[in-house]
Amino acid sequence: MPQKSFRAALNEALHQEMAADPRVILMGEDVTGGVGGDGAADAWGGAFGVSKGLLGRFGPGRVLDTPITESAFVGAAAGAALTGLRPVVEIMFVDFIGVCLDQVMNQAAKFRYMFGGRARTPMVLRATFGGGARSASQHSQALYPLFTHIPGLKVVVPSSPADAKGLLINAIRDDDPVVFLEHKMLYDETGEVPDKSYTVPFGEARVVREGGDATIVALGRMVQRAEAAAKVLAGEGIQASIIDPRTTAPLDADTIVEFAEETGRVVVADESSPRCGFAADVAALIAEEAFGALKAPILKVTPPHTPVPYAPVLEEAYLPSAERIADAVRRVVRA
Amino acid sequence: MQLSRDGLLRAYRAMRTIREFELRVHAEAQAGRVPGSTHLYAGQEAVAVGVCMALGDGDTIVSTHRGHGHSIAKGCEVGPMMAEILGRATGTCKGKGGSMHIADLSKGMLGANGIVGGGPPLACGAALSAKTLGTGAVAVAFSGDGAVNQGTTAESLNLAAIWRLPVVFVIEDNGWGEATSSKFATAGSIVERARGYGMAAERVDGLSVGEVFEATTQAVARARGGDGPTLLHVDTERFFGHFNGDTDSYRSDALKADQRANRDCLIRLRTLMTEGALAEVGALDAVDAEVAATLDEAVEAARGAPPPEATTLTTDVYVRYEGRL
Repeated sequence: MPQKSFRAALNEALHQEMAADPRVILMGEDVTGGVGGDGAADAWGGAFGVSKGLLGRFGPGRVLDTPITESAFVGAAAGAALTGLRPVVEIMFVDFIGVCLDQVMNQAAKFRYMFGGRARTPMVLRATFGGGARSASQHSQALYPLFTHIPGLKVVVPSSPADAKGLLINAIRDDDPVVFLEHKMLYDETGEVPDKSYTVPFGEARVVREGGDATIVALGRMVQRAEAAAKVLAGEGIQASIIDPRTTAPLDADTIVEFAEETGRVVVADESSPRCGFAADVAALIAEEAFGALKAPILKVTPPHTPVPYAPVLEEAYLPSAERIADAVRRVVRA
Repeated sequence: MQLSRDGLLRAYRAMRTIREFELRVHAEAQAGRVPGSTHLYAGQEAVAVGVCMALGDGDTIVSTHRGHGHSIAKGCEVGPMMAEILGRATGTCKGKGGSMHIADLSKGMLGANGIVGGGPPLACGAALSAKTLGTGAVAVAFSGDGAVNQGTTAESLNLAAIWRLPVVFVIEDNGWGEATSSKFATAGSIVERARGYGMAAERVDGLSVGEVFEATTQAVARARGGDGPTLLHVDTERFFGHFNGDTDSYRSDALKADQRANRDCLIRLRTLMTEGALAEVGALDAVDAEVAATLDEAVEAARGAPPPEATTLTTDVYVRYEGRL
C-alpha cells in the first residue's frame, strides 16, 4: 500500500470529495494563497500546504480565498450549508475561533435543534491545533474540549494519515456540522493510505495496540507518544492497550469502558488543558461505568493549567511526553 | 417599480396580520401564557412587508430577535408560529425554539436569531450558495440599528462587496438597541459606512411600505444582475419596549403618544389608500375582520395544543449521531 503523509492524505480526501460532489467548496484564509498578486496563483495551497492543487482543478468558484474575517466566512459557510452547499471552511489555527465562535456555537451547532429538526448544516470546519511548533499561547492550543462541550457539533481528531483521509471524507459527507482538528506536528508523518476513496466512521475507536496490563486512552498526537511509551513498557514486561477514540463527539464510550473493564487500570493521555477537559471526561465515564473493575485510580496525563509557552524547554515540559505517559502506566500497574 | 392597487391591498393585509399577531402575543404574554421572552415587531410592519414583497419564493431572509414580522411577511403560517411562542408541539419548531428561533426553510426564512449581529454572515452564505449553484436567488439580512456596531456586520459588508454577493442588508433603525438609543450608540452615518465598502446604499422611510418596496426592488435587481450587495438604512418605529417585560421607562409618554398617533405605518397606509381612493374603508375593515378571525383561530389552537412530549428533548440535535447523547 502506498505511503503518504498526513498532509497528502488530507489533500487527497479534498480532491476526491470535490470531484465527487459539486456542492463541496473550500474556503478560508490563503487556502490558495496569492489571490490578487502578480505572482503564482495557489502559491501557498493553505498555510500548511493541505489544499495545494485544488484551485487549478476546481477553480476560484469552488476554492475561495477569504480576507482575514473569520466571523464573516465561517458564518457564510454555515449559511451556505443551510442552503444547499457542503462547505469545507478552514481556520488557519484553531485558536482563532475566539473571534468567530458565535457562528459555530450559537449558529451552526444549534440550527437543527432550534428549528425543530427542519435544518441540515453539512459543513466541515477544519483547523490546525496543538503544541510543538514553538508557536506560543495563541497558536498552539488543543481546543477539542471546547467544541465537544457544544451539543450539535461533531468533533474529529485524527492521529494517523489513513484515519485523516477516511475521517475527512466521512466529515464532508456528514449532514451535521463537523469540527475537524489537524495536529500541526502530524502533517509530515507518513503511513499507509489507500489511493481509493473511503470513509472511517465516527464514534468508532481504533484499537491501536492490545495488552492486558493497562489501557491508555489517547487522542491526536498523544497516540504517537502513547505508542512510544508502550514500547518502552513492553521492554519492562508491561503490556498496554492503546485506544484512540478518533472522535470526541460522538465518543465510542463502549470500547473505552470495555478496555477499562478488561485491564482495570487506565491512563488518559491528553494534550488539552486539564480542567473540564477530554481526560477528565473519559475518567468520569470510566468511574461511572467501570468502577467495579478498577484496580487503581484513573490517571490523567495532561499539560498543567497554563497557557502554552514559547521557549522549547518550557513547551516540552508543558506537553505530555512518552516518559510521563509510561510513568503513569507504571504507577497504575503497581498500585 | 411602485406597488399596484392590488399590491397595496396585499401589503395592508400582511401588515395588519403582523400587527394583530403582535397584539395577540402581547396579550398572551400579559396573561402569563408565553413561557419565555418575546420582542414585538409592532410599528415596523412596513419594513418586513415592503422588503418581502420585493422577493420571490426562492429568495431567502435571515432575521433577528424581533423576527415575527419578517417570518409572516416571508410566508410563515401564523398558527404554528403562535403555537411555537406558546411552547407547543405543533409549533413551527416543535416548541424547541420559541419566539427567537422561528424558522421555516421551505419558505426561505432561515431563522430568527437570538444573537444581535448573528445574521449577516449567514445571509452572505445563502448568497454564496445562490451564486455558486446559479439559482439566481437573493439573500436579505435584516438587522436592527443595534447590530451595525457588531463586527459581524462590518465583516459581512466587506465580504459581500469583494465577492459581489447577491445580498441586501436591511438595517431597521427603530432608534433603540434594547434601552440604548441609536443616537448615542452609533457614530457617523450607516449609509456612508456601506458606501465606504463601495456598495450602493440609501436611507429609506420605513413608515412607507411603498418606498421600502421600491428601494428593495432596485436592490434585488442589482443583486440578481450580478452587481453585488446593497444596504438600506430604514427608519422605523418600535411601539413596545425591547421585550415583553420592558417597562419602557426610558422613553417619555409624550414620545410614545406621538409615535402611535403620527408615526404608525399602518395608519399611514390606510390613510393613503382611503384618501387616494385606492380602497374603500369598508374593504379595509373587512380585511381587519378576516385577519382578526384568523388570529382568533391561531390563538385558540395554540392554547389548546399539547406541549412537546418529553421524549423529544433529545431528538433533532443531529441528523444522525453515532453515539450516546
